[in-house]
Amino acid sequence: MGRRVLITGLGTFWGGRLAQALERDPDVDVVIGLDTEEPKVRLERTEYVRSDENYSILSRIVSATKVDTIVHTFLIVDSTQTSGRRLHEVNVIGTMNLFAAASAAGSTVRSVVVKSAALVYGATPRDPVWFSEGTARKSTPRTGIERSLIEVEGYVRDFAVDNPHVEVTLLRYCNVLGPQLTTPFSKALRLPAVPSVLGFDPRFQLVHEDDVVRSLLFCIGEGRSGIYNVAGDGLLPWSEIAHICGRRTVPLPFVGTNLAAEPLRRIGVDIPPELLDLLRYGRGIDNRRLKEAGFAYRYTSAGAVQAFIEAVRLRKTVGSRTPEYRYEDDVEAFFRHSPAVVREGEAT
Amino acid sequence: MARPTQERTGKALVPVAVPPVADEQPVLDDPRHGDVDEWGRSERMRQIARTIYAPVYEKWFRVEWENLDNIPAEGGALLVANHAAALPSDAPAIMHGIETEMGRPVYGLADHYFKSLPVIGTLWARNGGVVAQPDNAYRLLREQGQLALVFPEGTKGPAKSFQERYRLRRFGRGGFVEIAMRAGVPIIPIAVVGAEESMPTLARVPALAKLLGTPYFPITANMLAFGPLGAALYFPSKFKLRVLEPVTFDVPPDRERYSRSRIMDESEAIRQSIQEALFDMLQQRRSVWFG
Repeated sequence: MGRRVLITGLGTFWGGRLAQALERDPDVDVVIGLDTEEPKVRLERTEYVRSDENYSILSRIVSATKVDTIVHTFLIVDSTQTSGRRLHEVNVIGTMNLFAAASAAGSTVRSVVVKSAALVYGATPRDPVWFSEGTARKSTPRTGIERSLIEVEGYVRDFAVDNPHVEVTLLRYCNVLGPQLTTPFSKALRLPAVPSVLGFDPRFQLVHEDDVVRSLLFCIGEGRSGIYNVAGDGLLPWSEIAHICGRRTVPLPFVGTNLAAEPLRRIGVDIPPELLDLLRYGRGIDNRRLKEAGFAYRYTSAGAVQAFIEAVRLRKTVGSRTPEYRYEDDVEAFFRHSPAVVREGEAT
Repeated sequence: MARPTQERTGKALVPVAVPPVADEQPVLDDPRHGDVDEWGRSERMRQIARTIYAPVYEKWFRVEWENLDNIPAEGGALLVANHAAALPSDAPAIMHGIETEMGRPVYGLADHYFKSLPVIGTLWARNGGVVAQPDNAYRLLREQGQLALVFPEGTKGPAKSFQERYRLRRFGRGGFVEIAMRAGVPIIPIAVVGAEESMPTLARVPALAKLLGTPYFPITANMLAFGPLGAALYFPSKFKLRVLEPVTFDVPPDRERYSRSRIMDESEAIRQSIQEALFDMLQQRRSVWFG
């Protein structure tokens, strides 16, 4: 019998990409996706379920569909996307409901993969150059997003302790770059001149969006419980990242940086406070644990920057390569469930 | 994901040659544009710094080394020295000397205070400065076999006034011994004579230090002699550096923790050996300026 996988956050970039990848896997029988929004990518056999943002419906879905794997990609790691209140609802309450459903009596869930972020380590001058999975955070969390992710990780740990029969994998990602993804980080790099903080040239680690999806797939149901950092090889100075992108840096003052970033926010480049911290001190996370488990990256940090900027250049000339997709309820239902559609594997 | 080990052709199952895993991973494209390493050090930047610093090293301080061959030509080692002068002049001299004489990079472990300073923090990192932090030191020494320089006195060394020159302060809590034990590398003590006189502290102004957020704020003899220039201009004292015998610890590396009393004993012994070497060198010194 194949796997039955439930993805939270199907409407997000990662949920959609992951569902596409899982659909191609013949070992996966059923893919179910939850979100408050409709999927933004074309999906063949994934079943989309609309839910509220904190997943109160989740325990019913788990018991009705008998899923064995939950991939939690709905965690918000970019504070510019949403308000503080919704952040708390989605991240903390959502995760709580998810684990409540997964540990309910008679639950068939045997594997949970959570997509978290290296934000939980913070970025201060007293940090080590490399954070390993076991390194404790050196500073008290300053921003709402860091606090909520730390709370989420607390739930993950509790769940793993209480449910030793479930494989729990917690993945911490560094900043992601890639041809398709848009984040405050990639927006900053698309500006004609890249903002920096005067006198600081911190070092960054990056991971390519394809490696993110591949690492999620790698961890699904392969008995890899534990915490893993996911990041490409190499720490690059911010100036070098800008140089690969063919951009100049424009320094923001080192006092009142937040205030100086305000005009950028006006033009739609919202630099969140956690990114301002990174622009001073940078952060490296040790990726050896996942590599030792057998995962092979396709891109280094510098390779991810290169791939990103090549896609930006192409898009500037020819526009988007993938046509716009819109989810239509009845059309999707027709292709999935109508008796008129001849499906693969069925007698004609 | 599971690899198919057998393939169906017709009716029989034919084994498929499974390529060996992991061993030959393809070399990833790594389009770097600079030479800044994972610690933030840039060899190109060091070369420029060494070119600028060479006259100071050779003509101004006229640095002389004794027993430089006590520093291993390869493998990790933790260099430990006494720390002096209001604006420490010993770290650049030690790093420059070893890098030019031995061709080995030296990473200087220092307080995270530097990293929080704009411009200075970046220059410091590009020239081999690394935040003194156990994980950093372990990785440098154990995994990469590099030379790391540390001043266990910390800011207590340079903060002391001229009357207390060449009297070593407490060596912290012995963290440097613990990290050397864990990393399984020798500690190489270095005694530095000359740095104390290059920028003597006459008085300290704690109120200004508090205002500026610096660890201390000294009034130096250089400031009195050269005015504002004295903030960065050293007196041309003669530098002599003596490398002492490497200290090894007969303990297995990679332990979670080591005996606290043993660490304190070793730390104190190293402090003593540097202190005695300093007294010996000072006995033989005829002149502050000519050695």
